[in-house]
Amino acid sequence: MSKERIKIAPEMYDIMPPEYQDLVNRATYGKEDRGWKDIGTTKELIEEHSLCAGCPESMAFRYILASLPAPEDTVMVGSTGCTSLVFPMVAVHNIHSLFGNQNAIASGLKRALSVRFPGKVKDVVVLAGDGATVDIGLDMTLQAWFRQEKFTTICFDNELYANTGGQESGLMQKGFVAKMAPVGKQFDKVRLPEIARESGCHYVVQCTVSKPSLIEKVVRNAVLVARELGPTYLQLYTPCILEIGKNSMEGLQEMRDSEKPTERFAYKEFVSEPAKQFLAELAAKDKERKAASKQLAGSTQEA
Amino acid sequence: MTQYRVLPGPEHFLPPAAASMGIRLPNPGEAHINGVIVPEEQAYEEAARQFLMAKVPTIFPGPLVLWAWNEKAAKKATAIRHLYETIKECVTPQQQAMLIPMPDYRPKYPKINPEVEINPNHPNLTIWHNKIDACMFVGVHCHQANLSLKIIRGGTSCYTIAMCAQAGHEDAMMSFRDATAEKIMKLADTIKRLKGSVKFDPKKR
Ligand SMILES: Cc1ncc(C[n+]2csc(CCOP(=O)(O)OP(=O)(O)O)c2C)c(N)n1
Ligand code: SF4
Ligand SMILES: [Mg+2]
Repeated sequence: MSKERIKIAPEMYDIMPPEYQDLVNRATYGKEDRGWKDIGTTKELIEEHSLCAGCPESMAFRYILASLPAPEDTVMVGSTGCTSLVFPMVAVHNIHSLFGNQNAIASGLKRALSVRFPGKVKDVVVLAGDGATVDIGLDMTLQAWFRQEKFTTICFDNELYANTGGQESGLMQKGFVAKMAPVGKQFDKVRLPEIARESGCHYVVQCTVSKPSLIEKVVRNAVLVARELGPTYLQLYTPCILEIGKNSMEGLQEMRDSEKPTERFAYKEFVSEPAKQFLAELAAKDKERKAASKQLAGSTQEA
Repeated sequence: MTQYRVLPGPEHFLPPAAASMGIRLPNPGEAHINGVIVPEEQAYEEAARQFLMAKVPTIFPGPLVLWAWNEKAAKKATAIRHLYETIKECVTPQQQAMLIPMPDYRPKYPKINPEVEINPNHPNLTIWHNKIDACMFVGVHCHQANLSLKIIRGGTSCYTIAMCAQAGHEDAMMSFRDATAEKIMKLADTIKRLKGSVKFDPKKR
């Protein structure tokens, strides 16, 4: 695994700033069962964030980075927006694409990586806002799915263009009035999860980021299915607390309120037949592996 | 022949790329000093003199040597450490040698700690803070080195040296090319040899 390459030259170790020493010594690169429970116990792959205090995007970032199955062999592709302010603080390879181009960049990147590193696992994960995914980049988003490109698209859905002060987005709900969209949205929120299913995505989930364990599960599934089968899509509600007039502490409650069964962010999942089979096999293997390591732990204790 | 010379600044807010002013890169076996092509041997002497004359002679190792990518990188790191120790030994107590890493190139906002690192997007913060008057880039990818060297020339009076593993840098005040661990060791030897013959003059600094 290429995590062996993440080593500081011994003669330079003492002059490296402490966050780099920490990354090498205490980050979870290469750990098979990495997940949200590592948060706070090991060095995280996000150094700090420059989002508004309490912005749910910052929670989503931490959960996603903790859940990537192989961060040392992952390249993330971002786009302009609030998310792009965070990428410089992230210890996973990443590319900033021109606004809206993220899925086109990711397509080329994924193909180039498989030519350059044949036989090696290299995951590509797009992470962009709703404006980038659904409006300006919709062409690139859909075309990548039509072509069955093997990478994951994650959309941070905050239902507007947050970074530029609150313009209307395709994912904004009908009737909503934003700071720079005073007339109010005239038509319905675009049903992108359904469009993703119809466009050939093998694994599609829409949810909020209120539960870290759920984010861990869906991120892992999405990346692993994309690796084996084809495109996957996650649409995560990360409300812009600044735009909807909430305080720093109120983001979590906003997500809990919006994920109730009758609300617009009720959990939604579409899984293709091959993906269902793949995930079932994966779950069986995981169970076997965990049982074996439990047995091993038991026998070493007895000895 | 161009009249432009790559000299310590501050030149102005947006100094031109030296290449656009007609400065060309050395061929193998050569180096350049202020944009004039010279035999490599001469460059060792000049680099050693600059380090010995500086109040705060500093090495800025970049990601290509800070991280142990392969054996070659690790060997260069050893040589750079040796060079730093040599400069430390050879300067007077009024001078202060420094070894400050450039761990990566991401723009670090809202701040960096200029005491412990340098960032190519705002190198002057580290140079001003530590009053660095001569520095050497080594193990920095060429495009980032050029960006940074230009910023330094624009806003500081720091003398810049590039120990480049590729074809050299026009935007440094002097540049080696095809850098290896052996060349870095040779520079250390030259500094040792010239010790005592080059005087540090605090009034000039
Ligand atoms: C090609 C291009 N068009 C427009 C912009 C201006 N722009 C910057 S951020 C942004 C909106 C981002 O909205 P979204 O993708 O929803 O991300 P958010 O900030 O809401 O997380 C726009 C339109 C740009 N940077 N580049
Ligand atoms: S503007 Fe909104 S989405 Fe952007 S960082 Fe602030 S709260 Fe988060
Ligand atoms: Mg948005």
